[in-house]
Amino acid sequence: MSTSTAAPPSRSSRPSPASIAVWVLVAVVGAACWTVLALSRDEEVSALWILFAALASYAIAYRFYARFIGRKVLKLDDRRATPAERLENGADFEVTDRRVLFGHHFAAIAGAGPLVGPVLAAQMGYLPGTIWIIVGVIFAGAVQDMVVLFFSMRRDGKSLGQMIREEIGVVGGTAALIAVFAIMIIILAVLSLVVVNALAESPWGVFSIGLTIPIALFMGFYLRYLRPGRVLETTGIGVVLLLLAIIGGGYVETWGLGEALTLDKETLTLLLVGYGFVASILPVWMLLTPRDYLSTFMKVGVIILLAVGLVLANPVLSTDAVTPFASSGEGPVFAGKLFPFLFITIACGALSGFHALISSGTTPKLVAKERQVKMIGYGGMLMESFVAISALIAACVIDPGLYFAMNSPVGATGGDAASASEFVATLGFSITPDALNAAAASVEEELISRTGGAPTLAFGISQIFDTAFGGGLAAFWYHFAIMFEALFILTAVDAGTRVGRFMLQDTIGNVWPKFGDTSWKPAAWGASAVVVACWGYMLYVGVTDPLGGINQLFPLFGIANQLLAAIALTLCVTLFLKHGWLKWVWVPGIPLAWDLVVTMTASYQKVFSDNPAIGYFAQADATRTARDAGELRGAATNADQMDVIIRNSTTNGVLQATFALLVIVIVANAVLIWVKAVRAGSLPTTEVPAVPSEIVAPADFVATKEEKAELAAWEAERSTTAGTRS
Amino acid sequence: MGGGALDDRGDAVVTALRRAVAGVRWYLREFSGESRWDAYVAACAADGTSPMSRREFERHRDHLREHSAQGRCC
Repeated sequence: MSTSTAAPPSRSSRPSPASIAVWVLVAVVGAACWTVLALSRDEEVSALWILFAALASYAIAYRFYARFIGRKVLKLDDRRATPAERLENGADFEVTDRRVLFGHHFAAIAGAGPLVGPVLAAQMGYLPGTIWIIVGVIFAGAVQDMVVLFFSMRRDGKSLGQMIREEIGVVGGTAALIAVFAIMIIILAVLSLVVVNALAESPWGVFSIGLTIPIALFMGFYLRYLRPGRVLETTGIGVVLLLLAIIGGGYVETWGLGEALTLDKETLTLLLVGYGFVASILPVWMLLTPRDYLSTFMKVGVIILLAVGLVLANPVLSTDAVTPFASSGEGPVFAGKLFPFLFITIACGALSGFHALISSGTTPKLVAKERQVKMIGYGGMLMESFVAISALIAACVIDPGLYFAMNSPVGATGGDAASASEFVATLGFSITPDALNAAAASVEEELISRTGGAPTLAFGISQIFDTAFGGGLAAFWYHFAIMFEALFILTAVDAGTRVGRFMLQDTIGNVWPKFGDTSWKPAAWGASAVVVACWGYMLYVGVTDPLGGINQLFPLFGIANQLLAAIALTLCVTLFLKHGWLKWVWVPGIPLAWDLVVTMTASYQKVFSDNPAIGYFAQADATRTARDAGELRGAATNADQMDVIIRNSTTNGVLQATFALLVIVIVANAVLIWVKAVRAGSLPTTEVPAVPSEIVAPADFVATKEEKAELAAWEAERSTTAGTRS
Repeated sequence: MGGGALDDRGDAVVTALRRAVAGVRWYLREFSGESRWDAYVAACAADGTSPMSRREFERHRDHLREHSAQGRCC
C-alpha cells in the first residue's frame, strides 16, 4: 500500500541533551543582546546587538511558538492531501519543493515596504522600532501569514475576499472587496511616491532606473525568440547590464545628459503613470516577467550582501535608543506619538495585511505537505522581518543630524545646507552645513529633504558597504541601493496594477459578463486605465503636497495595511470559533485585539484630532481659516498651495475614515458569527473533506533522519510500482 | 610529500564544494522554472509520447502567466 505512509502528526520525542544545550545557548545569546540594548545609554552600541537579538528571537519563536501553533493549534496533518496534490494541473495547482516555494513566497511578500517603514520610524530612536519589529512578527505578522495560509490551503486556495464572503457573510465580504481594492491603490501610490522622491533631481538615478526598461524588454525578447526558457542565462545578462547602467549613471554629467535627465517630481509622476499603464497592458513576457526575474534575484542578492556587510562593518548606532519625539509626537518625519503611530509606520516586517493576499490564493495551491505551512508561512515572514531589522540598522547608523536634514519636508529645511543645518539645530541635533555638503558630495547627490526613506536607506547602506568592502565606492553603493529599491517598487506597481485590473474586471464581470473576459482588449485596457488613474491621482496628491507627501500619506498607507491585517485576523478568529477551537482563539485573537486598538486609535486621531499636524480635517480647517483671513499657513508659500493643502487633507481624511468604517463593518458582521459559533460550540465551514495523501516530503528546511529514511523508502516503492506497471 | 591524510581531506573538501555548487545550481534551476522543461521531457519519455518543441513549451507557459495575476507585495 502506498497510502498513509506519512507519520502521524505528533512525533514528539524527548529532545536530546545536545539539542537542549543548543537552545539554552541561543536563549542566553538572545537574552544578553536584549539586555545590552535595554541598558545601554549614552555609550557606543554596536548594531550587531540588534542583529543578534533579532536572530536569536526568531530562532526561538520558530522552534517553539511556530511549532506549537502547527502541532497543537492547527494540528497540521501530513496524512491529508493538500490541494496541490489533489488538484495538480501543471498550472496554478502544483506540488512544489518546499525550499523553492519558500523562495517564491518570500519574493512575493517582501518588497520595498520593510525597507521604508523602519527608516521613517528611526526618528523615534532604534529601540522602539527594534522591539516592535521583533515582537510584532513573532506574535502577529508571522502568525497571520501562517494561519491564513493554512485556512486557504484547507479551502483549495480560496482568496481572502472569497473566504470572508463565505465564512462571515455577504456584507462583510463586499466591504472586504472594496477595502482590499482601495488599500491596494493607496499602497501603489505611496510606493510610487517613494520612487518619485528618490529620482527627482537625480540624473544618475533617472538614467539607471530608466535603463531597466530597455534591459527588461531585451530580456523578454531574448527569452521569447532567441533562447526560450533559458531564464538563468538571461537573468545573468540582465544583472550585468543593470550594474553597467548604475556605473554609467556616474558619467551622465560628462556625457552632457545631466540637464535632460534632471526631472522634477511632476514630470516623473506623469512618466510613471504612463509607464504603469503601458506595462500593465503589454503581454507579460515582454516586460513584467523579465523584470520580475531581475528584481527577485537582486532582492535576494542584496539582502545577503547587506547581512554580510553589517557583520563585516560592525557599525555603531548613531541614533539615541529613544528620541524625545517618541513622547512629544512632534517629529518632522511623521507626526504623532509612539503609540499608535510607530506601530503603523512599521507595518511590513512586523505585521502586514497585504501578505494575507499572497498567503491566500497563490501560495496555498503549491504547498506539497500540510506541515510545510509553518516553514513557508511563519518562516517566510520571519525572513521579511529580518530585512526590516537590517533597514532599521542602516537608518540608525547615520548621523542623526543628517538623518533629519534628509527626512524633513522641504518646507521645514528650506532646501539648502545652511537653512537645513539651522532647522536641525531647532530639533536639538547638530550638523554643520559643511558636513551636510560633504555627505552629499560623498554620494554625488543632493541630500537635503530627500524624504521617502529610500535615499536615507541608500545612504546608510553605502556607508556600511563602504566600511565593509572598502574601495571608496560610496557613490556607487548609494545608487546601487536606490536602483534595487526602485526595481522592487516598479515590479510591485506593474504587478499591482494587473492584480487591480483583474479584480475590477472580475467584479464588474458579475453584472456585465463580457467585461470579465481578461483577454477582451477594451475591458483589459479600460480596467487598467481606471486602476492607474486611481493610484496616479493619489500619487499626484502626494507629490504636490506642500506639507510633504510622505509626511501626509505614509500614515494612510500604514493604517491601510494594518487594517487589511485586521480583516485577515478577523477571518482567522471567525474560523477558529467555527471550528470549535475556542481554547486556542487567543493565538489570532491577541494580535487582532492589538491591531484593532492601534489602527482604530490611529484612524480616530487622523480623523478627529484637533491638532492640525495630526488630524487631516483639523489641517484642512486651520488652512481654510487662514486662507479666508488672507494669510499663509504652515509650509504654503502662496494662496494656491493653501488650496492644495485643503483639498489634499480633505481627500486623505475621507479615505482614512472610509477604510476604518469598512473594517468596522467587517468586524461587526464577524462578531455576529462569533456569538453564534460560541453558542453552538462550532459551525460548519467550507473546509474541504480530508483525502489521504500519497506523497512524502519533509516538513522543514532541513530534513530529519527519519524523514530522509521515509522519503527514500517511498521513492524506492514508487519506482518498483512504476517498473511493474510499464 | 606522502600526505595521504591531506589528500583525503582535500578530496573531502572538493566533494563538499561540488555538492554545494550542484545544490545551488539545482535550486536556481528549480526557482527560475528552467528545470520545468526537463521534467516535461522526462514525463513524455515515461509516457512514450513525443514532446513539443522547447519554443512551443515556453509559449504555453507564457500564455498561462498572461492569464494569471501574481501579486507582488509591498
